[in-house]
Amino acid sequence: MKPAEFYQRDRLRQPPALTPDYKTSVARSPRLAMLSLQGSMSEITGPTFGHSDIDPIDNDLIRNYAKTGDPVGERIIVHGRVLDENGRGVPNTLVEIWQANAGGRYRHKKDTYLAPIDPNFGGCGRTLTDEQGYYYFRTIKPGAYPWRNWVNNWRPAHIHVSVFGTSFSQRLITQMYFEGDPLIAKCPIVNTIPDPRAIEQLIAPLDMNAAVPLDSLAYKFDIVLRGRRSTLFENRLEGN
Amino acid sequence: MVQPLNYLHESAAQTAGPYVHIGLAPGAAGFDIYRNELGRDIAGPDAPGERIRVEGVVIDGTGAAVKDVLLEVWQADAAGIYPHPEDPRFADVAPGFRGWGRVITDFDTGLWSFDTIKPGSVMGRNARRMAPHINVWIVARGINIGLNTRMYFEDEDNATDPVLNLIEQPPRRETLIARKVKPGLYRFDIRLQGDGETVFLDI
Ligand SMILES: [Fe+2]
Repeated sequence: MKPAEFYQRDRLRQPPALTPDYKTSVARSPRLAMLSLQGSMSEITGPTFGHSDIDPIDNDLIRNYAKTGDPVGERIIVHGRVLDENGRGVPNTLVEIWQANAGGRYRHKKDTYLAPIDPNFGGCGRTLTDEQGYYYFRTIKPGAYPWRNWVNNWRPAHIHVSVFGTSFSQRLITQMYFEGDPLIAKCPIVNTIPDPRAIEQLIAPLDMNAAVPLDSLAYKFDIVLRGRRSTLFENRLEGN
Repeated sequence: MVQPLNYLHESAAQTAGPYVHIGLAPGAAGFDIYRNELGRDIAGPDAPGERIRVEGVVIDGTGAAVKDVLLEVWQADAAGIYPHPEDPRFADVAPGFRGWGRVITDFDTGLWSFDTIKPGSVMGRNARRMAPHINVWIVARGINIGLNTRMYFEDEDNATDPVLNLIEQPPRRETLIARKVKPGLYRFDIRLQGDGETVFLDI
């Protein structure tokens, strides 16, 4: 069996472009229908990465920007697998994350929130999944922060996650939320997702089995990328 | 009842937000952390082909530049080979050619540009050859799920391209064709909404 195209993206579980409660989407959302394409070589291929592209410390946000000591905040491990819709691990794929510090402030020249920058926290990390699709980061739990949408909107604590998969059509950016956060249900960005089950899939449970006693709590976050058909009979993707 | 199918479901996307640079291009966010920022060199120094620059602006529905957008591009080399093991000619891909780039804007103007080599044509489905093109993926604050499109070149023969010909309204095909400003420089503006809205692809 040869792998072929990817399964059609389930747009009923994905946020639509226009979501008026998230105001910025109003002027940035296409209004005409997308053109649906069957996968060609341009869609079923995508960039590949190796261990020469990154450094081992890149997945340790407690140490990768430390200047005078460790950053302030609740020490956590975030770990899980990158899977496809067939339940198979996606090996050797690049996972990149970014987040605010424990006070909810980003190290970005455009962030002006009054909570202070942490001199020992950069707020980004990256790693490659192993042969089974497993990845892990060490970081501090990000704080909630206010943002301009309605006059009193606050983002729930979250970590932004970027994943490649094996093809350009699997490329995905999402956000990981934390079990038990009451701000999740109130967030207009979370609620761009129309299906409550798809929202739950972005909420990482506390994982005491992966916590390190006297050191760090842990949260488990699996990421699912689009699955792929197998060619049972000859198809004409490439043609002859 | 029937047997359950038991497929998993693709994780839902969420906007990349205004601070996407921290994760994907920390130098642009204003700090230095990685030995090597990824996606800054698409073609490498040794790949044969015509060296080109592509520039443009992403424009929102009010006509304003989207200054915090981030693009990624993916393309074949000058011989039309993708640097990916599933390309049947992968073994012959140009030396040092990565084919992938990450493109950030000037935060004041929204103008972006990237340097690469012009891709060759690639075999499409059903043995129909696709005109040279660069695949583009767009994320930003206010974009809930990354937008895919393609950029073609006005000085190539696009008449029989199977993807352009799927676009029902011929004037809309023009939204995917970069203009040649001068030799080696192409302009590709992307309109998210309204007059001249770019054709986006559900790939
Ligand atoms: Fe955020």
